[in-house]
This record gives sequence, C-alpha cells and structure tokens, in this order.
Amino acid sequence: MSLTPFRVPIVPELRKSTILSLIAKGLRIEERDLYTPRLIKIEAGVVERAEGSAQVQLGKTQVLVGVKVDVGTPFKDTPDEGVIAVNAEFVPIASPMFEPGPPDENAIELARVIDRSLRESNAVDRKSLVIIPGQKVWVVHVDIYVLNYDGNLFDASMLATMAALIDTRLPDYEELETGEIRLKEEKKTPLQINKIVTTVNIAKIGDYLIVDPNLDEETVADTKLIVAYDHEGNVVGIQKSGAGSMTREEILKAIDIGSKAARVYFKSLEEALGERLPVKIG
Amino acid sequence: MAKATDVKLIDEFGRRHDGRLPEEMRPVSMRINVLDNADGSALVEFGRTRVLAAVYGPREPVQRFMILPDRALLRVRYHMAPFSTAERKSPAPSRREIELSKVIREAFEDIILVKYFPRTAIDIFIEVLQADGGTRTAAVTAASLALANAGIPMKALVAGIAVGKIEGVLVLDVDEVEDGVGEADMPVAAAPDIGKITLFQLNGVLTKEEVEKGLDMALEAIKKLVELEKQTLVEEYVTTEEV
Amino acid sequence: MSEEAKTRKLVVPGERLPDEVELKEPYVVEVEGARVATVMGVLDLHGEKPSFIPLQTVYVPKPGDVVIGMIQSIGVMNWQVDINSPYVAVLNAQDFLGRPYNPLTDDLSQYLNIGDYVKAKVVAFDRSRSPILTVQDKGLGKITEGKIVEIQAAKIPRVIGKKRSMISMLQEELGCDIFAAVNGRIHIKCADSERESILVLAIKMIEREAHTVGLTARVQEYIQELKKVKGVE
Repeated sequence: MSLTPFRVPIVPELRKSTILSLIAKGLRIEERDLYTPRLIKIEAGVVERAEGSAQVQLGKTQVLVGVKVDVGTPFKDTPDEGVIAVNAEFVPIASPMFEPGPPDENAIELARVIDRSLRESNAVDRKSLVIIPGQKVWVVHVDIYVLNYDGNLFDASMLATMAALIDTRLPDYEELETGEIRLKEEKKTPLQINKIVTTVNIAKIGDYLIVDPNLDEETVADTKLIVAYDHEGNVVGIQKSGAGSMTREEILKAIDIGSKAARVYFKSLEEALGERLPVKIG
Repeated sequence: MAKATDVKLIDEFGRRHDGRLPEEMRPVSMRINVLDNADGSALVEFGRTRVLAAVYGPREPVQRFMILPDRALLRVRYHMAPFSTAERKSPAPSRREIELSKVIREAFEDIILVKYFPRTAIDIFIEVLQADGGTRTAAVTAASLALANAGIPMKALVAGIAVGKIEGVLVLDVDEVEDGVGEADMPVAAAPDIGKITLFQLNGVLTKEEVEKGLDMALEAIKKLVELEKQTLVEEYVTTEEV
Repeated sequence: MSEEAKTRKLVVPGERLPDEVELKEPYVVEVEGARVATVMGVLDLHGEKPSFIPLQTVYVPKPGDVVIGMIQSIGVMNWQVDINSPYVAVLNAQDFLGRPYNPLTDDLSQYLNIGDYVKAKVVAFDRSRSPILTVQDKGLGKITEGKIVEIQAAKIPRVIGKKRSMISMLQEELGCDIFAAVNGRIHIKCADSERESILVLAIKMIEREAHTVGLTARVQEYIQELKKVKGVE
C-alpha cells in the first residue's frame, strides 16, 4: 500500500521563494548552475571486512555501500548466471525523517532502480559469476546505507554502488570432492565489469529542470526523473519518481541535460579509482 | 521448456509471435461499475492481462495519523492475485508490488483534485487477476476509469501502455513472452487531454532516439485508450437511457 | 431526437467546456486556462448560458444546509452523525435537548440511538473541523415516522425538478409528504405502503435516469401505470 507522504519536511515559504528566485536566475544555493551536481567525493575500500565498499559524499548527502559475496544457487530461469541483489536501508541516523524498521517504499524504489540499471546494462558480467554451471554461483549482495540525507539519494547511491563493485574482490576457493565450495582467506579476483553506469536525478521545479536536487529543492520539486546512463551514452533505465507530471518535451530535455551531468559523475569515478577503473571512459 | 533465446519473436514479415504488427495493441476491453460495494470500479483487459480496480472515497480516513490538513490523502495498493501468474505468487506484498503501488499513486497525485477534500482519504485498490505483461499500465487505465466511475473530480482521464524493444524493433504493448526476452520495457501513463505524462519508467537499454520514438508510440496509443475510456463511460449512461 | 435532447450532451472528466460555463469547483475548474469538467455530467446548451450539471457529486456540508443525518456513534457530550459525506458531523447534546446537559444523569441513547435519523441544519463547517449541526429550528429534530430513501446526492436537484416540477408532480400523484435533503437522503411519508413503494420506485427511476430529457413525463406515466396495476386511486 502506498500513501501520500504525510511526514514531509517543512520548507518555510521564505526559503522556498529563495530557492525559486535563485533558480529563475539560473543559480543554486551552493553557488552552482542548474545542471551541475554538487561537490563529489568518492572513496573506495572503506570497510575492510566487506569484499567491496565505497563511501560517497554528494554535497552533504553521504552514502556508504558495502558488498558481501557468498556462494549460492542460481535462479531457475538463469542457471548460467550469478546473482546481484541490491538492498537499501534508510537508517535513522541519517535523518530525523527516517524511522527504524524494514525498508519503506522509498528505500525499495531506490534499490530497485539501481538494481535494474545494473542488470539491464549488464554492468557486472553475471555469466562470469558462475562457479559450477546450474549449481553454484556467486551471490553479490549490494547494501546501500544512507548516512546523511540531504537530497538525491539516487545519484549518491549509484556512484557508491559502482565504486564498491569495482572495489570488490572475490575470495579464492577450492572445490571439494563432495561438490562443496570452500572459501579461502585470500581475495583477489575482481568482478568482471562491462559497463560503468550512473544515474542522474533531474528535478522539475515549476518550469525549470535542475540536476542533483538538494533536500530543500527535492521537497519543493513537482517531480523527479531519474535517468541511468552507461559510459557509452546509452540510456539504461528511467524512473519518474514523485507526485507531479512532466510533458514529453520536459522528459526529452531532461534526458539531454542528464547525459551531460552523467559525464561529471563518470569523471569523478575515474578520478577516485584511477587505474582500477575497468573500462576507458571516452 | 524452450529457452527464451531460442524463440524468434519477430518473423520475416515483421509480425510478432502472436501475429501483431509492431505498433499494434492487443485487443482491449473496458468495463465500469463491475463491483457493487465500491464507489467506483473498472475491469480492464489487454489481451490476457486482466486487472480490476476499485475506488472508495473520499471518505473519513481509517486512521487518524493519515489526516492531511490541506488535501485528501491517496492510498494505492497494486496487488497480484496468487493465481494470476504461471507459478503461484505469494499474497504477501513483494518489493515489486510496493514499488508499483508508489509509482501508480504518483501517476494520480497531480490528476485528482485532492485539494477540495482535506482530511479525507481516497483509496484505489488494484487487483491483477491475470498477468500477461503490462499489468501496471492496465492498472493505471483501470484506476482512471474507476475514479471517473466513482465521481472523484479529476483534471483529465489517464491511460497507460508499455513500449518494448525486441530483436531491435520497438513494439507496442509487450506481453509476458516479449517482456521476458526483450531488450527494453518502457511503461508510460499519460493524460493526453492536458499533455501530461504521469508515469514513466524504462527497464532496459535504449538510445535517446529510441526513447523519443518509443514515447511517441506510447502517447499515440494512450490517446486511443483514453478515447475508449470516454466511450466506456458514456455508454454506461446511454444504455440506461433506452429503458 | 427532440430539440431539447440536441442541446444536452454527456460530458466525461477532463472534457473541455465552453468558456461561458460558470466555474463550479470542484466539478467545473480551470485547467491550463480552459474550463474543464472533472466528473461525468451533462452540458446543457438550452438556456441563455450553457451550464454543466454534474451527475456525481460528493456531499460537502455548507452552513445553512438542512440534512438528514444518521446517528453513527454516541459520545460523552454529543452524537457523531453520518451525513452521507466524508465529513462526520457533530450534534451537541445541549443543542438537541435545548437545555444544559449533565452526562451523569442523562443517557444520550434515550434520545437518539445509533441508527436513528435526525433532520438537522449545518451551522458551521470550514473543512478544518467536523461540521456542527443544530436541531433548533422549525421542522428539525428526530425523524419518527415515514421512510428514508437514499440516492446519490447529485441527483437530488432532479428529484426536486425545475421550479419544483418533479417533486410537485410526485406529491400530487401520490399525496405523500416528501422532503429531499441536499445530502442525498429523502424523507417520505405516505398514506399507505402501496403509495410508499410506488414513490420509492419512482425516486429510484429518477436517480437512474437523471441525465435524460423528458423525465418528469416518463416518471408520471410510470407512476400512473403502477397505480393501475396495484389498484391505487
């Protein structure tokens, strides 16, 4: 069941009019233009226990992603592919609006949008995750942990997920005579990454489209369009998220604007991961 | 069972596995007033996909915390009957159903005139009776009819359809077989009378040009679907006139 | 098709109306600069100015409305009254009794019990709190005889008719007392149960065919036929 949100942050009229009049001038509160994301900081390998991890700051929004892998059985309809499972937790430390408990519809939507963008683009080669075809595969758990919420969890989470997957190292293992797989301490095999994927969150505020909305902007926005791109420029996922509607022209314009912002995100990943980036970004 | 990739889904004449052309919808049927207890209801079919929607309200919210001082609260539940799928679906809400309930609710927040009914709740309950692809867009179509049937004031009628890409070809109204192997599935819902797109998703890979072409295919079909909705609503009154 | 029928047109939600149609929120609103119908209704091009008659409305109380309410629950100091609206009304014990009220000695259910009907006037409502009712006016109070027929609130104007034409016809044909409250409830009092049942059937016919033309004549015909069948003079 989905309900109209009733616990939404209050943006005082004065602050709202400040946001709107700035946008009308092509400016944002963080001294950026309408189509530029906030400052981005990406750090990979921040949790040693995890097979892969990364922490991302996008303005004041902070997201930590940990990747854990284990051995499991493949899905019946895809016996020759491994499994990637994305989960998001809006933990209560991240915002006064977050309550403890199972993921709500926003956390589920976020996880599913990221999961689909990765799956449909085949960003991580799922066929390479097979240990014994039809029987044993790697199950890659991506857990998104929101640490501080200041808007646009989509882009911050996607960046952190991508960095954490690139950081991931599969454990060495041996196949026992019983058919069991015994994992070793050593971890050195990286995931086979085919594509780098990023999302770009474009908010519609009145007649304007803006990239990477902060919390205040997200609160006053009519709606948002989250567009996922791969590093070759394809659109690999879209989600309209939010109560309002958009025109055909706004949607097409958003996809254009987003493809430019996507390059900013790709560049940040390249700067943070350098040589570890498995593909060349053109 | 044949593996999906072995099946050819577009033949040498450009026809799809069920004989349709790329821009052809499945047979669509719409009925309203199908449930007595609901304030409004509709049954919508796209081929074998069959979706029932019921609307209750505006009414006093069931729980106090759901009261919004300046508008009606919308509650939407998209739910699949356990027998609607090839393998029994657990009746407990899945993550997919939770997400779809949200995007369907958001497809109507800007359409229903909620500000005239503060402190009330409007409920849209959707049951997928049989799933053969395109259930969320059929659900939006059924919900639009059920809202109109309930007399809930709305800016315009809404309908939905999905565009898919199979074997490199953009096709309208994908069914389950096509969705299973297709390269992309792009559900769209819109209110063509006011030029608003209220639900938009893409699962899959498309170029920007394909998104544009697919969106236009969907909008063209949605116009036809809304015309069919109008006809369905008017017919309900015309038949009683002939008594 | 009669001349009258040509000037009446069924309209669906979202349909554009001529600019001369008056705003009637929430049923006729302005969307992107155009007059738009938001529910099913009839566009009447007959009169001087085109008008829109909604076929479905939600009853939202207004001060001054006389409604027929049903006691839904009993509180310490008041009754909660279902007025066929999303907004549950309140009738204060002191207002009903017309004297100060003592919760220790007075048992409210003795005066109005759950399921009882009451004819009352809305004194205050601003959508931010529950509507308040009063029975302190002529003809108001508990309904003790007759029957209540419930129809869609939008169809009440049709039961009354232009210049009360429909309701006068019903009264003349059957000799019943009829009070049609704006909230969709009609209180009827007839001499016998035969007339009562004919009236109920006629009201249901009006509800069903409210959007059609020549309805008063057809309802009259229908009543006269039923009277013949049932042997009512």
